[in-house]
Amino acid sequence: MIEIDSITKRYGDTTVVDNVSMTIAPRTITVIVGTSGSGKTTLMRMINRLVEPTSGKILIDGEPNSAIPGYELRRRIGYAIQGHGLFPHRTVGENIATVPTLLGWEKSRIDAKVKELLTLFQLDPAAFGPRYPHELSGGQQQRVGVARALAAEPNILLMDEPFGALDPVIRAKAQEDLLAIQKHFGTTIVLVTHDMEEAFHLADKIAVMDKGRIVQYAAPEEMLVNPATDFVETLIGAGERPFRLLSIGSVGEATEAGEAEGEAIAAATSQRDALSALLWAGRDALPVVGADGTRLGRVTLAGLARRAARPQ
Amino acid sequence: MKRYLPNLLRLAALIILIAFLVQPMLFEPLLKPLVQANAPAVYNQGSLLSLTLSHLATVFTATLAATIVAVGLAILVTRPIGAEFLPLSRSLVNIGQTFPPVAVLALAVPAVGFGEKPTLIALFLYGLLPIFENAMTGLSTLPPAIVEAARGTGMTAWQRLTKVEIPLALPVILAGIRLSVTISLATATIGSTVAAKTLGEVIIAGLQSNNLAFVLQGGVVVAVLAVLIYDAFSAVERVLSRRAGRV
Repeated sequence: MIEIDSITKRYGDTTVVDNVSMTIAPRTITVIVGTSGSGKTTLMRMINRLVEPTSGKILIDGEPNSAIPGYELRRRIGYAIQGHGLFPHRTVGENIATVPTLLGWEKSRIDAKVKELLTLFQLDPAAFGPRYPHELSGGQQQRVGVARALAAEPNILLMDEPFGALDPVIRAKAQEDLLAIQKHFGTTIVLVTHDMEEAFHLADKIAVMDKGRIVQYAAPEEMLVNPATDFVETLIGAGERPFRLLSIGSVGEATEAGEAEGEAIAAATSQRDALSALLWAGRDALPVVGADGTRLGRVTLAGLARRAARPQ
Repeated sequence: MKRYLPNLLRLAALIILIAFLVQPMLFEPLLKPLVQANAPAVYNQGSLLSLTLSHLATVFTATLAATIVAVGLAILVTRPIGAEFLPLSRSLVNIGQTFPPVAVLALAVPAVGFGEKPTLIALFLYGLLPIFENAMTGLSTLPPAIVEAARGTGMTAWQRLTKVEIPLALPVILAGIRLSVTISLATATIGSTVAAKTLGEVIIAGLQSNNLAFVLQGGVVVAVLAVLIYDAFSAVERVLSRRAGRV
């Protein structure tokens, strides 16, 4: 649990973060969105004290984050940034081992952890461990960046536009990976982005920031139905609302009993992508399969249309 | 074959240089046409080998001292705590560069006497600027994402400096040392005007007795040393940059 209590950051006369209070529930994904210069990155960087607040406090599991030195705090909190920030003079394995090494773990434990994380991110430990970051593709570098952030098994993971530098195909894959990882470790994730699509897809709760203040902090569905201000409404995009609503849920939740012809859709796919697949296939229904390939039922145009309508 | 040619040439230059320093008389027939009858063609007032070694030792000592001071200053002024010393440090190393080494020798002799010391002082002052400026550049132009990541992973200021910043800035710092060494190798010859044991002795002896062969010997040995050392530094820099992913 992260409790942010009336936190303010000023640089000279400019107030970057203005008296923000919010509580982030454990084991959830909270996405902070806003235009550039809205203070979202500064707010996040105050959680691991890369930026020291001018006033206010932040409690992590009840403990003020100012109770221990900044560098010790940061070893306990995962941190992944845009453009990955991998150390170019260290191998992939050494990069992932950064925080465990700083914490003084035994070598065997570090090696096991590096292996586990590389495997989890679908990178062969024997092939990728000894390589240098510049020998990897953008998507692979990004995965190693997240693996490094998770290496010391932190309860909290902060991510600053982690997928910003990736092309759309790899980005979608990286987002799916993140959701799977979050489920696997139960990490509390705070993610900053300006991509609303990403926010609606990933978030349990979204915080919208404008000019240093939080204008709305709510679950995605709630935000669609009751945008707090015109700014939130503009950010969501009125024309996008039904599709945003669909991108929150997965096909698994929209599966109905019955049979259908055509190419099967994975249950983990977002409903928005399923709608897209249905329209493109020109069918009223398509079969749904689970991760192991078993038939779960079907997803229908009518069913998705009902779900895309304004919730009552 | 083309790829190995430069290295073969360097190796040949090194072998010829060593052969000349150890057995200079072998080269007498080559140098004979340059001198008047009866004048010696090969330097005969001391061992060329020991002059070369002492020349190198002087340059090495002065550059080592300049490196420690210049890199130390660069580290200091790139920390938040030392940022206000930047203009002062810049002025100091600039003054070192502005003073001609000859002037430094002239001023240093009354203070420390004849011999190696005035030369060391002149080379030290002259060598500071390129090392300082390069170290400054190397340490202050690191990719922001990497510096940020180093903080974000919980490294202390000292760990960031020693594990990330210096290793990544090393190729650029080495380039500064390379420039400084090259300048010092040439400049050290004037140290012989104040009795330092360097290859300048050979050149000065040649000028005094109008012996072109002496001047050529001193000059060419210094030049070959400079080229070989310059190339060796460049090779090390290339390896380090490749490792630092800065290619």
